[in-house]
Amino acid sequence: MRYRHMTAIFAATVALNFAAPASAVDLEVTHWWTSGGEAAAVGEFAKAFDATGNKWVDGAIAGSGGTARPIMISRITGGDPMGATQFNHGRQAEELVEAGLMRDLTDLATKEKWAEIVHPKSLLDSCTLDGKIYCVPVNIHSWQWLWLSNAAFEKAGVAVPKNWDEFVAAGPALEKAGIVPLALGGQPWQSAGAFDVLMVAIAGKDVFMKVFGDKDAEVAAGPEIAKVFKAADDARKMAKGSNVQDWNQATNLVITGKAGGQIMGDWAQGEFQVAGQVAGKDYTCLPGLGVNEIISTGGDAFYFPLLEDEEKSKAQEALASSMLDPTTQVAFNLKKGSLPVRGDVDLGAANDCMKKGLDILAKGNVIPGTDQLMSQDTQKQKEDLFSEFFANPSITPEDAQKRFAEIIASAD
Amino acid sequence: MTTRQNGRPSQLFRNLNAKIASIPMILTALVIFLGGTAWTVFYSFTNSKLLPRLNFIGLDQYERLWAAPRWMVAIENLAIYGVLSLIFSLVVGFLLAALLDQKIRFEDTFRTIFLYPFALSFIVTGLIWQWLLNPDFGIQGVVRGLGWESFEFDPLYNAEIVIYGILIAALWQGTGLIMCLMLAGLRGIDEDIWKAARVDGIPMWKTYVFIIIPMMRPVFITTLVIIASGIVRVYDLVVAQTSGGPGIASEVPAKYVYDYMFHAQNLGQGFAASTMMLLSVIIVIVPWAYLEFGRRRHV
Repeated sequence: MRYRHMTAIFAATVALNFAAPASAVDLEVTHWWTSGGEAAAVGEFAKAFDATGNKWVDGAIAGSGGTARPIMISRITGGDPMGATQFNHGRQAEELVEAGLMRDLTDLATKEKWAEIVHPKSLLDSCTLDGKIYCVPVNIHSWQWLWLSNAAFEKAGVAVPKNWDEFVAAGPALEKAGIVPLALGGQPWQSAGAFDVLMVAIAGKDVFMKVFGDKDAEVAAGPEIAKVFKAADDARKMAKGSNVQDWNQATNLVITGKAGGQIMGDWAQGEFQVAGQVAGKDYTCLPGLGVNEIISTGGDAFYFPLLEDEEKSKAQEALASSMLDPTTQVAFNLKKGSLPVRGDVDLGAANDCMKKGLDILAKGNVIPGTDQLMSQDTQKQKEDLFSEFFANPSITPEDAQKRFAEIIASAD
Repeated sequence: MTTRQNGRPSQLFRNLNAKIASIPMILTALVIFLGGTAWTVFYSFTNSKLLPRLNFIGLDQYERLWAAPRWMVAIENLAIYGVLSLIFSLVVGFLLAALLDQKIRFEDTFRTIFLYPFALSFIVTGLIWQWLLNPDFGIQGVVRGLGWESFEFDPLYNAEIVIYGILIAALWQGTGLIMCLMLAGLRGIDEDIWKAARVDGIPMWKTYVFIIIPMMRPVFITTLVIIASGIVRVYDLVVAQTSGGPGIASEVPAKYVYDYMFHAQNLGQGFAASTMMLLSVIIVIVPWAYLEFGRRRHV
C-alpha cells in the first residue's frame, strides 16, 4: 500500500517535471561551425536560446560552408526545413528568399529596432530584399589581414614588415633562411580571397567597388587592376613551396615560423590564440596589408525557413532576438574571434588585433564583402581563375587580367 | 489463329510472372533514369541558378562551358586518364591473372593481396595515396632519407603530371578486380585446348594471344564496360587526393558538374556539363553497341 502510494507520488512528480519542458519547443539549427573555437562560440548561442525556455538542437555539418550549404539548401527545397540555418549573408540564400521559402522577419525587426542597433548598416541591407528583412546578422568577419610570424623574420634577420611592399622586399631574405615567404593553402577560395585583399590594399576602395559592385569590365581591364595583378604575381612567387591545402594548415606554417606570413581573414586569429601566441609579441597583424586600412564586412547570418508549426515559428522569433542580444553578442564574438554586429557593446576583453579591427569599423572604413556583391556563380569562376593563376606560373598577369575582365563583364 | 490459341499462348503472356516482377525495375529505369536524363537535358537550355527555372536562353550555357578553361582542362584530363587506365588495367590485370594461372603456390594469398585494395573506397584510396605521394612524408621523403638527396617524386604537386598521380592510385585500387575477372575467364577455358596447343608445339605466349584471348571475348567486354563506367564517373578519387589542384590541373568533368550545380548555385551550367558527359558516353557506346548487337542479329 505504502509502496503504491510512493509510486503514485513519484509518477506525479515525473509528470510535473515533464510538464514544464513540454511547452518548450525543439528547434534545429544547422551551421558549419565545427572547429574548436567555432563550436565554443556556437555554444553561447545555444545557451542563450535554452535560457528562453526552448531547446536548441544542434545540427552542425562538418566540412566548411562549401559542403554544408548544398545540404542545407536541399533540405529546405526538399520540404524538410530546419528551424534556422546559417549562411554568409549576401546572395547565397537570395533565391531561397525569392522562392518564398524563408521567413519574413520585418515585424520583429521593427519591434526591436534592428535598423538602429545593427552597425554597419550594410549588414542589415544584405538581409533585406524588397524592403523586407529575412535574416539576422550575427558577426562581422573581414578578409583584409596579413598575419606575420615575428620569429620567422627574426631568423631571416630582417625587421617585421609594416606593409605589403616591405613584406615583398623581405621575401628573398626569408627564402635564404629556408622560410616560405607567403603561406597559401591550395583550396581555390583562398587564392581568390587573397587577390580580393590585394585589390583593396593596392587599388583602393573605389576601384574595388567599381569592379565588384558595378561590375565595370573596363576598370577590371585597366591599369589599376594591372598593378593588382603585378602584386598577385609577387604573391604567387612568394607562395611557391607552401604545399598545404587547408587554410588552418597554412596558418600553422606561420605559427611555427616555417612561413613568413599569410593573407587570411580574421578567423585565422583563433588559430594563433589556440596555439597560445600573443598578438604583437609572437605574431603581427596588418589590416588592409598595412597599406589601406579598410576591412570588408562580410560575415555570418541566420535565416529562418518558413514553418507551418506556430509554436516553432514563435521559437524562431525568440532565437532571432536572443542572437542580437548584447550579452550574447559579446560572448559569441569573443570566442569566435569576429566583431559584433552592434556598435553599442563593449569588447573590453578583445585582443590587440580585434581592437584594430573595431577601430577601423568605428571610423567607418568599411566595404561590403564579395559574397554580398556577387553571385556564387561569379565567385566560383573567380576561384577557378585564381587557383589556376596561383598554381601555374606559366600564366602571365596580363593573360589572367584579360580573363578576369571577361568574368567581370559577364558577372551578376 | 486456332493453332496459336491451342498450342502456344500469346507472346504477351509468356513468362507472365517474370514480366510482372520486372515492372518496378522497368518503371525505375523509365521514370528515374530516362526521365531524369530528359529533365536534365531540358533544363540545360535554361538559365536556372539555385532553383530550376523555365527561362530559355538557347545554347548559352554550352557556349560558356566550352569557353571555360577549367572545362577544357577537365576534358583533357579525362582523356589521358581514360585511355591510360583502360590500357593499363587490362594489360596489368591480364598479366597478373595469367601469372596466377600458372598453378603457383600460395595462389589464394596472392589473389587476396591483389584484390584487397578493391575493398577500399575511392576516398580512402585517395587519402592513402595523398600521403604516399606527399613529398615530405611519402615516397620522396623516404628515398631522400635513405641518402638519395636529389630524388624527386611529387606528382600531386606538379601540375604537369598530377593526373598520373591520380592514375597510379586508381590502378592500385582497380586492377585487382580486373585480375579476378580475367582469372575467372582463364579458368573457364577448357584444359584440353591447352593440351592440344602443347601437342602442336605452339609456344605459350602464342597460345595466349591467338587462342585464349579471342576465346575470352565475353569476359573482355564485361571488363571493358566496368572500366569505362569507372572512368567517366571518376570524382571522389580526385577530391580526396588533390581536390582538383594544384590550381585546376587535376579537374575532371564530374567535379565540374558538382561544383557548378552546388557550390556555384548554377544548375543550368551544371546540367550543360552533365549533358556533355552523357553525350561523350553515347558517342563511345553507340558504335560499340551497334557492332556488338547489330552484327549478331545479321549473322
